[in-house]
Amino acid sequence: MRIGIPMESAPAETRVAATPKTVAQLVKLGYEVMVEEGAGAKAAYPDSEYLAAGADIVGRAVAWSADVVCKINPPIEAEIDAMGEGATLISLIDAPRAASLLQALADKGLTVLAMDSVPRISRAQSMDVISSMANIGGYRAVVEAAHEFGSFFTGQVTAAGKVPPARVFVSGAGVAGLAAIGTAHSLGAVVHATDIRPEVAEQVESMGADFVAVNVAEQQQSSDGYAKEASADYAAAAEKMYADQAKVSDIIITTALIPGKPAPRLITEQMVASMKPGSVIVDMAAAAGGNVAGSVPDQVVTTSNGVKILGYTDLPARLPTQASQLYGTNVVNLMKLVTPAKDGDMVLDMNDVVQRSMTVVSEGTITWPPPPVQVSKAGPTNQPAVVAGPDAEPKKRNPMVNAIALGICAVLLMALFWVSPTGLLSHFMVFALAVVIGYYVIGNVNHALHTPLMSVTNAISGIIIVGALAGLSSASPSVIIAILSIVGILLASINIFGGFTVTQRMLAMFRKA
Amino acid sequence: MSITLVSGSYILAGLCFILALAGLSKHETAKRGNLFGMIGMALALIFAILGTVLQLTDSDLPVSTGGPSWAILAIVLALLIGAVIGVFMALRVEMTGMPQLIALLHSFVGLTAVLVGWNAYLEVPADVATGLHNGELFIGIFIGAVTFTGSIIAYLKLSEKLKSAPLSLPHHNLINLGAVVVVIALAVWFVIDPQLWLLVTMTVISLALGLHLVASIGGGDMPVVISMLNSYSGWAAAAAGFTLGNDLLIITGALVGSSGAYLSFIMCKAMNRSFISVIAGGFGSDGAVSGEEKDYGEYHETTAPKVAELLKNAGSVVITPGYGMAVAQAQNAVADLTAKLRQQGVEVRFGIHPVAGRLPGHMNVLLAEAKVPYDIVLEMDEINDDFANTDVVLVIGANDTVNPAAMDDPSSPIAGMPVLEVWNANTVVVFKRSMNTGYAGVQNPLFFKDNTVMLFGDAKERVQDIIKDL
Repeated sequence: MRIGIPMESAPAETRVAATPKTVAQLVKLGYEVMVEEGAGAKAAYPDSEYLAAGADIVGRAVAWSADVVCKINPPIEAEIDAMGEGATLISLIDAPRAASLLQALADKGLTVLAMDSVPRISRAQSMDVISSMANIGGYRAVVEAAHEFGSFFTGQVTAAGKVPPARVFVSGAGVAGLAAIGTAHSLGAVVHATDIRPEVAEQVESMGADFVAVNVAEQQQSSDGYAKEASADYAAAAEKMYADQAKVSDIIITTALIPGKPAPRLITEQMVASMKPGSVIVDMAAAAGGNVAGSVPDQVVTTSNGVKILGYTDLPARLPTQASQLYGTNVVNLMKLVTPAKDGDMVLDMNDVVQRSMTVVSEGTITWPPPPVQVSKAGPTNQPAVVAGPDAEPKKRNPMVNAIALGICAVLLMALFWVSPTGLLSHFMVFALAVVIGYYVIGNVNHALHTPLMSVTNAISGIIIVGALAGLSSASPSVIIAILSIVGILLASINIFGGFTVTQRMLAMFRKA
Repeated sequence: MSITLVSGSYILAGLCFILALAGLSKHETAKRGNLFGMIGMALALIFAILGTVLQLTDSDLPVSTGGPSWAILAIVLALLIGAVIGVFMALRVEMTGMPQLIALLHSFVGLTAVLVGWNAYLEVPADVATGLHNGELFIGIFIGAVTFTGSIIAYLKLSEKLKSAPLSLPHHNLINLGAVVVVIALAVWFVIDPQLWLLVTMTVISLALGLHLVASIGGGDMPVVISMLNSYSGWAAAAAGFTLGNDLLIITGALVGSSGAYLSFIMCKAMNRSFISVIAGGFGSDGAVSGEEKDYGEYHETTAPKVAELLKNAGSVVITPGYGMAVAQAQNAVADLTAKLRQQGVEVRFGIHPVAGRLPGHMNVLLAEAKVPYDIVLEMDEINDDFANTDVVLVIGANDTVNPAAMDDPSSPIAGMPVLEVWNANTVVVFKRSMNTGYAGVQNPLFFKDNTVMLFGDAKERVQDIIKDL
């Protein structure tokens, strides 16, 4: 089958649905790939690289006439018309808000896979465009903020004076928020973050930020009858927390989105007004109504007190090369799923949850919304591989058994010591200490040095030569004893000299890059 | 020379040995550690020999031993011959043959311990010997004899003079257990009434036990066996130390004994098996292998030029070697490949599974011999998270240590064993002689994954082919 990669028609769009790398992967799956002339130019992928990767460079009409068309933005009317009968379209659709688009696609008799309708199950993560784009958006949000911000992110002590680090506050710890936290942290800023889900605190901290919880101690104390009041309490506590953070933060990045609803308003006008002049707010939810009072989609608004509010909605597209690569990889992963035989033939399996969820139009019939994802209904391959093995849970020994065993050992040892002569006891002391020292000393040994360790312990266990020597000076000497001793000395000296030499040889070989 | 001077030198020697082991914990200090070991040994040897010589010249020995001068000559000769043999073996040994050498050296310690024990029995008249003395030498001979024959079998198996497959006699666990019970019974009898025949019987039984114990363990469990024998040789030396009342022997024996035990512990953990289950015999002995034929799909074969092409375009490459690399003597070719790729700006690293090879740390030594810098040779835990960002993984002669079934097939005999998660990389190239299963007899689903390609043939030749095409 032929896959067409047309140039994106939206004027601000810089990305492309396939890169030379992903084209090569598609070719490997058995597809014939046709890339529209100049499709990757804005993302720094020249036509020559596509050619080298095994694609054909074609005109616009040919690309659109392919059996499968992969693109990023939802198609416009002319593009739908250009598609062949029974063809398949793979792109973002925004199905909940695109009833008329779905109808147009269905009328044309197409099959449509929506990249933004990937179910949120672990198996489908490799196709999750929302996540991969949010990751880029979060990164870019920090970069844009740094660009507008008049100071360093990192604190420094320079000859020209001390520079305090910037204080960044990230609201919403989803993929975008976490990416923003990581980026801001690695630029050296002091990062704080919050999320309505307290369980993500660990993730936030793992990225290098401090988690700011909404202080709702009152709520936990009040019982069921106060549910409504409690939620009002929560809102009030959250507002107070945001107000506090706004006063001390240099940069605020908001990422809060609720699927299918307008974005929640988190930062009010008063909060913006309380910020220091020169502060920057990036409202990543600007397209969905904005988290910040006064943000305008795709524009930079400067408030009267000198705070800049960035409402860019094209953050991923501002990193076209990377964004195209990730989007392209998501597409490749989808194609792998729908090309089980790797023969370049696309086969949709409507019993597979992932494919069913993504298919919003099937051969001219609107199939959106999909039935809710039920993991139990899925086939055997759909179950996430979390089946615990028999040994997954470490066998816990009964602590009582351990204690009793230890006790018996101690009693036996005491009994042994009791009947032992004093001379033996001091030997036992030495023995016990040496065992403990040996354990601790060896515990630190680098894995790579285990072989030299064995050969050196081999060499020093040749110390048994001392025992053999003692045989020679015994009180009641005999020929047998002498011979046994001499043989012992010979064997042990092989160990001593051989062991040390071979250790030396091995250690001499280890070298650093 | 006084006895205190000799004892003093023993204290110093004991400290030196501790420093030697401590030094070996890091690459930077390892050579210094070995030097400490040598200094300690030299100290102990010089003073022990001097002490013996002085004692000999002081006493008027009967003619039967040939007098003091003969004894001194014999000591020097024995030392020299031992030194020549030892150094000769050490210089000649191939790094791939290191496991054999170590096993052989263990057997010497075991045999010497047996000899020392026998001497201790012979030189003290039966009416003077205490029960304690007899008990100590009895234990010393027992451990020494098991170490001796066990190491000999390990040596023969490792040098392929003996089949490495486990010998499985019926009721082999009962045989071992029976032998131990008999030895304990003999020990009690011997302490009460030290008869010569008891000692002879025990020595024979112990030798046989050592034989049987190691013969029933398969080749893949050798890392555990070797470190276990290392441990035994230490305990044997410590037992000899108790018999002779010599603290240096006790210290050294305990150090070596606990080091070997610790290594065995690490190895067992790396295979997710208990020490007892390894000692009690190889895989399959309890019918653990699931015999069902599963359909794993098809595998994809590739060629050397294609792999070369793949490597040229890769940004990061991880090589995971296994015993197969040692068998094919491919380490130098692999090192050349590494050098060449690094020259071309490809990031190359090595991921070593703790039980790769037949000796703890075996792969590291082989790679070091081939001049691969040690700082790009990483442990399993250090590299496992990086596979997702790796373009190409070369699996050279490894099988069970890269088997995904260990993680996601609870019915697999190797379930739960930590493995190198190579399948997370973009492409995995598996170098293999044929589609035979690994040591554990388990099929490896890795070979049938979509991102895995198989390169059949001798690992060394294939790697050289790739170098030619780079």
